[in-house]
Amino acid sequence: MSTFLGIPGIRRRSDGATGGDAPDEPFGPVPHPDEPLRWGDAFPAAAKQTLRDDQLRANLGHATRTIRGKRAAVVGEVPDWEALRDAGSAVKEQVMADLPDLLARLEENVTARGGVVHWARDAAEANRIVTEIARAKQADEVVKVKSMATQEIGLNEHLADEGIAAIETDLAELIVQLADDMPSHILVPAIHRNRSEIRDIFRRRMGDAPEDLSDVPRELAMAARAHLRRKFLSAKVAVSGANFGVADTGTLAVVESEGNGRMCLTMPETLVTVMGIEKLVPTYDDLEVFLQLLPRSSTGERMNPYTSLWTGVTPGDGPQEFHLVLLDNGRTDVLADEVGRSALHCIRCSACLNVCPVYERVGGHAYGSVYPGPIGAILTPQLTASSGGLSGSDDVNSSLPYASTLCGACYDVCPVKIDIPSILVDLRAREVDADRSRSAVDPWRAAMKAASWVMSDGGRFGVAGRAATLGHALGGSDGVVSHAPPPASAWTRSRDLPAPPKQTFRQWMAEHEKDGGER
Amino acid sequence: MSAREEVLQRIRAALGQPGTGTTAAGRVGTAPAAVEVPREYRTAGDDAPGSEAVVEQLVDRLEDYMAHVRQVSPDELPAAIAALVAELPGAETDRSAPTALVAPSGLEAGWLAALTDDVVVHRDTPEAPLTAGDLDALDAVVTAARVACSETGTIVLDGEPDQGRRAVSLVPDVHLCVVRTDQVVQTVPEMVRRLSAHPERPQTWISGPSATSDIELDRVEGVHGPRTLHVLLVSPR
Repeated sequence: MSTFLGIPGIRRRSDGATGGDAPDEPFGPVPHPDEPLRWGDAFPAAAKQTLRDDQLRANLGHATRTIRGKRAAVVGEVPDWEALRDAGSAVKEQVMADLPDLLARLEENVTARGGVVHWARDAAEANRIVTEIARAKQADEVVKVKSMATQEIGLNEHLADEGIAAIETDLAELIVQLADDMPSHILVPAIHRNRSEIRDIFRRRMGDAPEDLSDVPRELAMAARAHLRRKFLSAKVAVSGANFGVADTGTLAVVESEGNGRMCLTMPETLVTVMGIEKLVPTYDDLEVFLQLLPRSSTGERMNPYTSLWTGVTPGDGPQEFHLVLLDNGRTDVLADEVGRSALHCIRCSACLNVCPVYERVGGHAYGSVYPGPIGAILTPQLTASSGGLSGSDDVNSSLPYASTLCGACYDVCPVKIDIPSILVDLRAREVDADRSRSAVDPWRAAMKAASWVMSDGGRFGVAGRAATLGHALGGSDGVVSHAPPPASAWTRSRDLPAPPKQTFRQWMAEHEKDGGER
Repeated sequence: MSAREEVLQRIRAALGQPGTGTTAAGRVGTAPAAVEVPREYRTAGDDAPGSEAVVEQLVDRLEDYMAHVRQVSPDELPAAIAALVAELPGAETDRSAPTALVAPSGLEAGWLAALTDDVVVHRDTPEAPLTAGDLDALDAVVTAARVACSETGTIVLDGEPDQGRRAVSLVPDVHLCVVRTDQVVQTVPEMVRRLSAHPERPQTWISGPSATSDIELDRVEGVHGPRTLHVLLVSPR
C-alpha cells in the first residue's frame, strides 16, 4: 500500500472470502466483503478461527466485563426499569402494527418542514440515492456519523467506488476505517482492539498523528480530535443514521457521545439521513421511554453526553438541505414473520452482545455480518431471507441461530424485551425444515422417525430399552462413552455420552416388586 | 411501481393485509394483534421542579460527568461569569491575544456586564452569523438553557435567541451554560413533556462535556464537542 495520508482511501473489495493476511494488510485478517450481511465462513468455522486469537479474547473479556458492570449499576438505580421495558416493548409492537400509517405521517411532517423523503427498496437503491445527492452538491468527500444502517448497505465502499471519500468520525469507526477492518460490535466497533493496537493504527495510518503518540486513551482521543476538526468545519455534506424518527412531528434523533454527531448534523450545508423503516416512534413523548432505556443499556451511562433532535430544516440553524432515506433492505421480510418480527424492535443498544457468553469468546467477526451477537444471530438470517439467509445449509447465515447456548441472558437485558432465545429456537427449526425438504436421504430424519415408531408403543419401547443396556459395555471405568461406534460416533466426536445403565428402569421395577418392595 | 409504493405494499403484505402481494422473499405475514401500551413508569419524580433536592441531585450528576458547577444568586451571576472567563485556558496561555467570547443574540446583556474591558464579545445574530472559522477561533460561548433533568444530569438547549443556533454552542472549546433552578426537573418524562410544546425546535441534550468510551470502554472526557462545560445554576433567592 502506498503512503497513507489520513484520507480514507478506496476500500478494496475482496472476493467475499476470508483469509487474506496479505502483506499490505498489517492490522488484521478481515477484508471488505461485498455483502456486509454475509461474509466469510459459516459461524462454526469462523468461530474456530477467532477462538485461536488470545489477544482478541483478552481485549473482549476486559471490555465486556467493564460495560456489564456499568450497565448493571445504572439500571439498578432506576426504580421503574421493568415498567419502562414493558412500555418500550409495547410501543415498538404498536409501531410495527401501524407501520404504513406512521411512515406516511413521518414523510408528511418531514416534507412540511422542508425535508426531502426518499424510499429505498434495498441497499443498492439507498446507495444510489446518497451518491446522487453528494454528486449534486459536487462533494468528493462526506463526513459520517456512526450508523448501522449505512454499514449494512456498504455505503462507504459504494461511495468509494464512485470516487467519493466517506470519512467516519466516530472514534471507533475511525479506528476500524483506518485499519481497513470491519466492525465487531454494534456500539463499539473497535472493541476487539486494545489501546496499543489503536496507537499503532493511528501512527501508521492517520497521517497527521503526532510522532510520539502514546497509548493513553486521552492522547488517542485528542489525536482524533485534531485529525477530524478541519473536516468538520469544511465538509459540505454529512451522512447519518437515526436512532429514532417521530412520526407525529417529523423529528429525528441521533444519540452519541463525542460531539462528532453534533458536528456532522450541524456544520455541513447538506445532511442525508439513512433510516431503517422500523426506527419509528409514534409520538414525541414516546422519546421519554427510549431515551431512558437506550443510554443505560448501551454505554451504561445515565444519559449519553449528546443527543441531537431536529425536524426538517430550521432556517438559519444547521443544514439548509435535508434528505431522509427510508430503507427496507429485507426489513419487510422480517416483519412478515410472526415470531421473528420482534427482532425489528431492536434499538441497537448492544447490551445483548456484552452479556453473551458466546460473543465474549468468539468476537464479532465470527458472525460474518455487521450485526453480530445474539441480535445479529436472529436479525442477519432474516434480513437476508430473500437471498437465501434462511435456506438451510446452503447459506452461511443459516448457521447463525446456532451461535448461542440459549442461556437467556440476552433476553434479560434487552431494553425492549425481545425474546431472542425463542426466536433462535424458531429459526433453528426453520433451518432444519429447509434442509429436510431438499435432501432425499436424511439420516437424522430417519432416526427420528424410527424413534417415533419405537416410543409410540410400550412393548416396542421395552424391547429397545433392554437392547440399549448392551451399550453399558462401551462405557469406561468412569461410566462415560468417549468413542461410540457409528452412527452414535457423530455425537461422541465432540461430546461424551453417559454409558447406558446395566438394567432399564422397567427391569429394576420388576425386580423390586418381586422382592416384595411394595410401599 | 415507485420505491415508495413498493415498500408500503411489502409492509402491508408482511402485516397480512389482504390483496397486497408479497414481500421480497415472497412472504405474506399475519396481522398483529392490537396493542395497548402500558405506561406504569414514573412520569414525575418525588421532588418538585426547582426544589432543593432536585438541584442537589443535578449538581451531583453533572459533577459525576466532569462538568464544573457553580451555584449563584442572580446578583452574583455576572461576576461568576467574569471570573470563569478570566480563568479560560486561552487567556492563560496566550496573553497577547484578547479573550474572545460568543454570545447568542438574545442572551441577557446584564450577564456579561462584569467582564473586563479586554474581553471581546461577539454577538451571533441571524442577520450576521459568525462563520465556522470565526467560531473556531473563539475561546468560549455563553448560553442560557431550556430545561434540565436532575436524575440524568442533562441540560437541553432548544435554539431560542438566548441559546443560539446549534453551531454556536458546539464549536468553541468551553461552554458556559446558565440554568435557572426553576428549569430543573427530576425525571426524563418531565423534561420531555416541557420540550414537547415545541418539538420542531432543534434540540441539543447535553450531559457533561463530550466524551468517548471507544478505547477499551474507558471513559475519556473531551473529544469534538466543548471539552469543558461550566454550569452556572442560578437560584432566584
